Amino acid sequence: MKIKDNISISKSGFVFDAKTGESFSLNPTGREILQLLNLGKDENEIKEYILTKYDISESIFTRHLDDFIQMLRHFNLTETE
Amino acid sequence: MGNKLKITIAVTGLNNTDNPGPGIPVIRGIRDSELFDVRIIGLAYENLEPGIYMSDLVDITYMLPYPSIGMEAYMARILQINEQDSIDIIIPNLDSELHTFIKAEKLLKRHNIQTYLPTLQQLDERNKGNLVLYGEKYNIQVPKSITITSHNDMQRIEDEFTYPVLVKGKFYDAYVANNPEQVNTAFNKVSAKWGLPIIIQQFIQGTEVNVVALGDGTGNTMAAVPMRKQYITDKGKAWSGVTLNDPNLMEMTHRLIKESRWKGGMELEIIRTEKNEYYLIEINPRIPAWVYLSVGAGQNIPEALVLLALGKEVKPMTEYEVGKMFIRYSYDLIGDLSDFEKISMQGKL
Repeated sequence: MKIKDNISISKSGFVFDAKTGESFSLNPTGREILQLLNLGKDENEIKEYILTKYDISESIFTRHLDDFIQMLRHFNLTETE
Repeated sequence: MGNKLKITIAVTGLNNTDNPGPGIPVIRGIRDSELFDVRIIGLAYENLEPGIYMSDLVDITYMLPYPSIGMEAYMARILQINEQDSIDIIIPNLDSELHTFIKAEKLLKRHNIQTYLPTLQQLDERNKGNLVLYGEKYNIQVPKSITITSHNDMQRIEDEFTYPVLVKGKFYDAYVANNPEQVNTAFNKVSAKWGLPIIIQQFIQGTEVNVVALGDGTGNTMAAVPMRKQYITDKGKAWSGVTLNDPNLMEMTHRLIKESRWKGGMELEIIRTEKNEYYLIEINPRIPAWVYLSVGAGQNIPEALVLLALGKEVKPMTEYEVGKMFIRYSYDLIGDLSDFEKISMQGKL
């Protein structure tokens, strides 16, 4: 999955879609995940990274990641596959 | 001030209210320019237009009769002002003035007053009532619309549209109507204020995006900046907006200006649907009130318009900053009753 080119992500977690003018706020974990997606990491690589870095069970994180990705799609922040 | 161009510019649309005219933002753009040593003459219709009292922006203001008085009387007043205070350029900023100013272009030129306006044909073909034909001519998607002139035409809405519909005035105002009763109410409101005809337009669900642009009359786009309103007042006016990077909007703007050979400032009002379709809903044939955002983003459109009006060469501006914002605010000016008295009694301040 790829984040659209016109999306910029600031260090604070502020996301701006330059095509639509929409903006969003992310918490630090959301920002990290979006940045990883932006670097071209796939879902498994993101899972591995987060599970190594944070104390969270795989099942809970998988559910949250799925929700998050659904939300990114809903707000048209990802390229259509 | 050495090399600056000494120039006097008359500007209308000083109604910097919650339904703002473009006059003050246009003046700010001109005053920001490094090229001019400018004197600004404000032209006002109402003695409480805020711009009249903004002495840091407007050097002197004269009252005008409304254009509905007729071209002869209206232009007589303009030329009377010109006798007292020689004008180099006039920038009319209100839709309701444009027809008169375009018709008077030659007359004004004979008095050494320059304008930079579309032709009458360009003005008429983009009329709200002609939007469907306009879309066909320039191959642009537009919402279905019809013009109606009386309550007897209401049945046509029932036959040709599904609710909701937009009920629009020929110059300003638009209301969403969900049923025939609401159409009736909106019809009465709009026709009482702006006259007939009334435009009934298919309501397109989506996000409104706008482009401010400047055409040179030969097909070149001299400037174009797209914006999305972020905060809209109850009058539908932008109270905040942000510049966008949307190639589709730019392509549409360049194509329209090229094919229509648009001359002067313009604002395109477009709805982008969830399916990423673009519907042109209106073309305003003048600079919009949010033009100062384009100045802030790197394209001083009022400055370019003045240079073009003077016959100077202007290079097309293609770059602008994406993500530049404007936030409007209200501000209390303190004035003296004597100023109000002067503009009311002498028609000049």
